[in-house]
Amino acid sequence: MSQTQEKKHVQDAPSEKSNRVQIGLLGRALARPEIGALVAAIVIGIFFLVVAPPFRSAESLSTVLYQSATIGIVAVAVGMLMIGGEFDLSAGVMVATAGLFNAMFAYQNNLNLWVGAMLSLVFALAIGFLNGYLVMKTGIASFLITLGTFFILQGANLGVTKLVTGSVSTPNINQMNGYTSLEKIFASTFQVGSVRVSIIVVWWFVFVAIASWVLLRTKVGNWIYAVGGNQASARAVGVPVVRVKIGLFMSVSFLAWFMGMHTLYRFNTIQAGNGVGNEFLYIIAAVVGGTLLTGGYGNAIGAAIGSFIFGMTSLCIVYAGWDPNWFRAFLGVMLLLAVLVNLYVKKLSTTRKVG
Amino acid sequence: MTDTITEHADQTLKQGEALVELQDVGKRYGAIRALKGINLTVRAGEVTCVLGDNGAGKSTLIKIISGLHPHNEGSLKVDGAEVNFGSPRAALDHGIATVYQDLAVVGLMEVWRNFFLGSELTSSGIPFSGLKVKEMKHVADEELRKMGIVVKNIDQPIGELSGGQRQCVAIARAVYFGARVLILDEPTAALGVKQSGVVLKYTAAARDAGLGVVFITHNPHHAYLVGDHFVILKLGQAVLDKKRSEVTLDELTRQMAGGDELTELSHELKR
Repeated sequence: MSQTQEKKHVQDAPSEKSNRVQIGLLGRALARPEIGALVAAIVIGIFFLVVAPPFRSAESLSTVLYQSATIGIVAVAVGMLMIGGEFDLSAGVMVATAGLFNAMFAYQNNLNLWVGAMLSLVFALAIGFLNGYLVMKTGIASFLITLGTFFILQGANLGVTKLVTGSVSTPNINQMNGYTSLEKIFASTFQVGSVRVSIIVVWWFVFVAIASWVLLRTKVGNWIYAVGGNQASARAVGVPVVRVKIGLFMSVSFLAWFMGMHTLYRFNTIQAGNGVGNEFLYIIAAVVGGTLLTGGYGNAIGAAIGSFIFGMTSLCIVYAGWDPNWFRAFLGVMLLLAVLVNLYVKKLSTTRKVG
Repeated sequence: MTDTITEHADQTLKQGEALVELQDVGKRYGAIRALKGINLTVRAGEVTCVLGDNGAGKSTLIKIISGLHPHNEGSLKVDGAEVNFGSPRAALDHGIATVYQDLAVVGLMEVWRNFFLGSELTSSGIPFSGLKVKEMKHVADEELRKMGIVVKNIDQPIGELSGGQRQCVAIARAVYFGARVLILDEPTAALGVKQSGVVLKYTAAARDAGLGVVFITHNPHHAYLVGDHFVILKLGQAVLDKKRSEVTLDELTRQMAGGDELTELSHELKR
């Protein structure tokens, strides 16, 4: 064998050095999933800086970041789940479920709010586990399974709240034990120069950083890309596919719980109908950020940029003095453009380049 | 390359010891019987060739040994102890690595990530600790070069490589991680003449390093070059089970081509 190898080396020797392509900065940048979203964010940003004068202040930036974080936190986990090849349509209403559970359980039993928050976390994780378990054990598409949980939670949110409180929102909780510390963690604001920034923005950055680390620099991240890219191959080389996917569904429910906590402690009360429709915003944020709908491709920074585009446009349409009803139409256009770009990217990276 | 195999081979392997034993193993998928009454022993330092036409049950057989589908009849012993693999991970933990014909790689992932998929190198045992990216890239590149494959960029998605190159990555990976038993499912089917030669040399090198090798193919010429033991499957059953000394290439070829059926056919088609 060593003989052949030497022969091969001799044969390839002249071309070997030049065979190794050093990819330039531009080429490497273009190969990243979030590049399309980044360019779009810059273009949209410049556009609104021109047409919406109120946007040109640090205060507006803080508001935009807050708006982005309200979608972005759950979108991080939804993006990871989509890289893993699955959907979660129940993520939007789960935010409300977590908040409602916490508020009503603690209020009715006259307990410390921390007890309610922790039980709410356990409950949310259990729903995430159930979503994942059903998808993996039945082999039914996650789109259908989570569509089911979406409707169950939506109905239960309204039904249970009506049953317990007699209305469609929870009682005010700001006089209860544990409120101050929980408010501090989930919904406080702090001063940066002349601007007030919500702590949820910081949490958003933290979660994006953690997700990026996990996806690109850990074993689990490698497995997430593999189960989304080719589940059968991943299983064949020893990746624990079931555990990875159930874990992903549970991360979504964890961050939905986190967002539920924020909503509750910011407004001190929560509406039972909250969160419906947000599941699509999370998916749009992830897809605009370069995540492939079919799995196996994308990253956390992309989902964050997607959320930022969402936050920026939803507010800047108002800053520009336009009718805010156009916002959804704009989101639809962004989604279509993103899907086209993604399709092109996938084609580029799966077809063999000649030469 | 030979060094890789010797380095990674389990040093406790003894020539001729039975690593994997199948006794009367069968597999049913619902009402369909894919395999029946298979007896097969994979010995250290030997190449066991499994031959057969499409649909003969070759793939089912290796999926049982590699833990992809558990068997439901008979017994499977590894190192003398009866096992029932729940997942491919369980088989890998016994040092059994497989190169699948159809399940080789994840197309959108980088070459080096594919190489180490499922056996990543991490800086510590703590969950979510960092990958040793540099080392992984270096090892993957080096192992591929030993097989005569120089990828343009170890960071490129593996989907950009040709079918043969992808197959070679899968083989290099199995050789690197398979310490005791190496299973090759039609490794030469997608390859050209030259790359087939490389794969056959790998097979021989693995055998010489003391590994037990299972070589699945429908090419009797390739099988006869490296095999010590030959099993021919037909419709899920073994129709030939002979040592190298008991069989000739002609007999293998004749059996593979249809054996008696072929003789009959040649009578019918006589001109």
